[in-house]
Amino acid sequence: MEYGLALIFLAAVVAFVVMRPVVLGESDEAVGGSARAELEAAKEAKYREIRDAELDHQMGKLSDTDHRAIDRELRAEAIEILRRLDEVEGRSPRV
Amino acid sequence: MAGLGSACLTVALLVAVYAAGASVYGAVTSKRAWVVSGRRAVYCLAGLTITATVVLQSAFLRSDFSFKLVADGSSTDTPTFYKVTAMWATQDGSLLLWALLLSIFSSAVLFLTRRSLREIAPWATAVLGVVAAFFLLLMVGWENPFTTLTNPPAEGVGLNPLLRHPAMMIHPPMLYTGYVGFSIPFAFAVGALITRNTGADWIRATRRFALVAWTFLGVGIMLGALWSYTELGWGGYWAWDPVENASLLPWLTGTAFLHSVMVQEKRGMLKIWNVSLIMATFVLALIGTFLVRSGILQSIHAFGASTIGTQFVVFIALAVIVSVGLVVWRLPDLRTDAKLDSLLSREAFFLLNNLVLVALALVVFWGTFFPLISEAITGTQASVGPPWFNRLTTPLALVLVGLAAVGPMVAWRRVTLSGLRRSLFWPLLFALTALVAIALLTNGADSLPALTMFGLAALVFSVVGQEFIRGTAARRATSGEPLPRALSALVGRNRRRYGGYIVHTGIAVLFLGVAASSAFHQQKDVRISPGQSFQSGDYHVTYVRPTARLGLDPGGTGAPISFGAVLRVRKGDQVRILHPARNFYPTQDASKGAIGRYFEGEATSEVDVRWGLRRDFWAAVRPDISSLDGPIREANRKFAGANGDVQGLIIGAIAERYRRHPPPATFRTIVSPMVSWIWIGGGIVLLGALLAGWPAPEARLRRVRSLYSARLGKELTSRA
Repeated sequence: MEYGLALIFLAAVVAFVVMRPVVLGESDEAVGGSARAELEAAKEAKYREIRDAELDHQMGKLSDTDHRAIDRELRAEAIEILRRLDEVEGRSPRV
Repeated sequence: MAGLGSACLTVALLVAVYAAGASVYGAVTSKRAWVVSGRRAVYCLAGLTITATVVLQSAFLRSDFSFKLVADGSSTDTPTFYKVTAMWATQDGSLLLWALLLSIFSSAVLFLTRRSLREIAPWATAVLGVVAAFFLLLMVGWENPFTTLTNPPAEGVGLNPLLRHPAMMIHPPMLYTGYVGFSIPFAFAVGALITRNTGADWIRATRRFALVAWTFLGVGIMLGALWSYTELGWGGYWAWDPVENASLLPWLTGTAFLHSVMVQEKRGMLKIWNVSLIMATFVLALIGTFLVRSGILQSIHAFGASTIGTQFVVFIALAVIVSVGLVVWRLPDLRTDAKLDSLLSREAFFLLNNLVLVALALVVFWGTFFPLISEAITGTQASVGPPWFNRLTTPLALVLVGLAAVGPMVAWRRVTLSGLRRSLFWPLLFALTALVAIALLTNGADSLPALTMFGLAALVFSVVGQEFIRGTAARRATSGEPLPRALSALVGRNRRRYGGYIVHTGIAVLFLGVAASSAFHQQKDVRISPGQSFQSGDYHVTYVRPTARLGLDPGGTGAPISFGAVLRVRKGDQVRILHPARNFYPTQDASKGAIGRYFEGEATSEVDVRWGLRRDFWAAVRPDISSLDGPIREANRKFAGANGDVQGLIIGAIAERYRRHPPPATFRTIVSPMVSWIWIGGGIVLLGALLAGWPAPEARLRRVRSLYSARLGKELTSRA
């Protein structure tokens, strides 16, 4: 008896919460938001890499030549991410 | 209340299945409402498992013996702390704990990724739903923690005495949090493979969960070792027991994963390796859960035989088949054009570290499952012992600590040999000086592996120290900040890097303790009478007198009888008093008699340890109570029908007889150098992991910006 009543009550509450988006046609954020969030995360990761390489250079782990080459590569990758971010946000390329 | 608990599990099972189905349907048809619905189902799952846990916990606290689980695993005289933690001492309760933790972790990750990973997240939701459904199905179908008894007993059996230890009660939730935590990156890896989004997005979204899982699993393993050291009465902290090994396996592959994902994040390499590693880690976590209670291998943890072994094996086999199939199916998407720029690069060292960690895992796996393999081939179970494990794992551990020392010196992409030589000069000089000093001033040179480990640990300390010094100096040179602020800013802005270095330091400290305590420990087993003495290492030990306590166990385990000894331990001018004891718990076996059942149930060692940074002095006693057999038999005959108070008096009188006419007792003493450094190392690892996992300020700001921009977009759209 207790099991049956609890089952019906819990099932009703859960069905209300879970089915609401389907019944009301609720959706989550627009596609752009997701892509932007992912690109923002990628941008931060790339910035962190640039700062890491800079720190390695300052600490003497990377020679000047190696650091210049790596920094150039990383910055090019960061610029590409920024370009894609602009695309997603519907802005013209940063100049 | 049991009905409510059972209903929670039934609805949770349906909800988990729905979450998986709705998410897949939403992903395939691009109907986002179904994806949102699937995500909400996981939130509901968490609510349901929390409610079920509250119901069960309240039954334990009320000592409601109509719940079979409570009657089997608790009693009215079980201390409250152990009543609360008794849930996971049983198989059914452990399954509920798994489902609870999984639903909470799943809800957290799905909430955090609700605005990102739109393609991967629904598939990850489906995977998490399937895993949750499996554990719920086990409970609903075979091991229901809410099973009730038609005729509840007046008193419960009580918690297994061996488990009445604070470390042991926190150990299972820690281990399970680790096991469950690895489900999250596993689920997202599956999602990434299905949707062919094999970049680093899934790693970035779940890395912190993997780190949390790794940390909790590590803490769980350490607590298990501490329990073994202070409760099992044999004096060690690691016995290469199958269940211990089973928890170590996912930790080893998880460690490899945490390193190798950095290579994918930074260089886009090792994609196949990373998905394979996390899948292996998840499968090993399932095997770890399964082994604890399966009883298929002889273990000190064999607390009960499993009735769900077949189901587990089928699920593990399915997980392996799906994992391998997915990786093979998506091989073309996992290939990468990036190549190692140089063998002298951080990524090359990470690869090497991964190979060593996986080799360690393979050795441990082979040694653990060798009894089953030998049984399959020869028909008899043959096992490999600790010497076999020690012989194979010691060199690998040495290489690992060596890599932990040199790795931080090497930059990403490439470093010149001269640059590396320059970076390593001072740390190497320090390590060599330390090595020579240890060899000359101590007996460290008696064990070559231990001496090598001391040298490598010194190298780790000096490398990490140099990293902090150089980093702070570099920061000061550019910012002009005072030293404390420069150091704090350096660490604060590079938490992952410096947290990792602290973890390396902790691991080196831990291995230092392991090397010293295993190579130089001195053990003594003696049987002596009160007043007699013996020598244990540098310590002169005297058995002063026996003790007999009724219901006054200082460990708070609730043991009704405790026989022990007072030991005077002298080293030079220092004198210390130790109180090792042995607790006796009553058995429900009526054939032992009304009085005898208090003396002939399970007994546990309550060791006394004099902790020290240089060495521990560890003592355990095994009192010989066979001289009480006569009085116990007589008491059984005379006082079988007596009330509780009278029986208590008789038990007290028998205990007093032991105290007044003590027979010789058997003692084990161990002088274990630097064993405390193992626990200190574990603490340092925990601190480092916390630092590495703590969100960086820019990550928090980014999240806030992202939330605001999402809100702005939503509000502008709704007003248009």
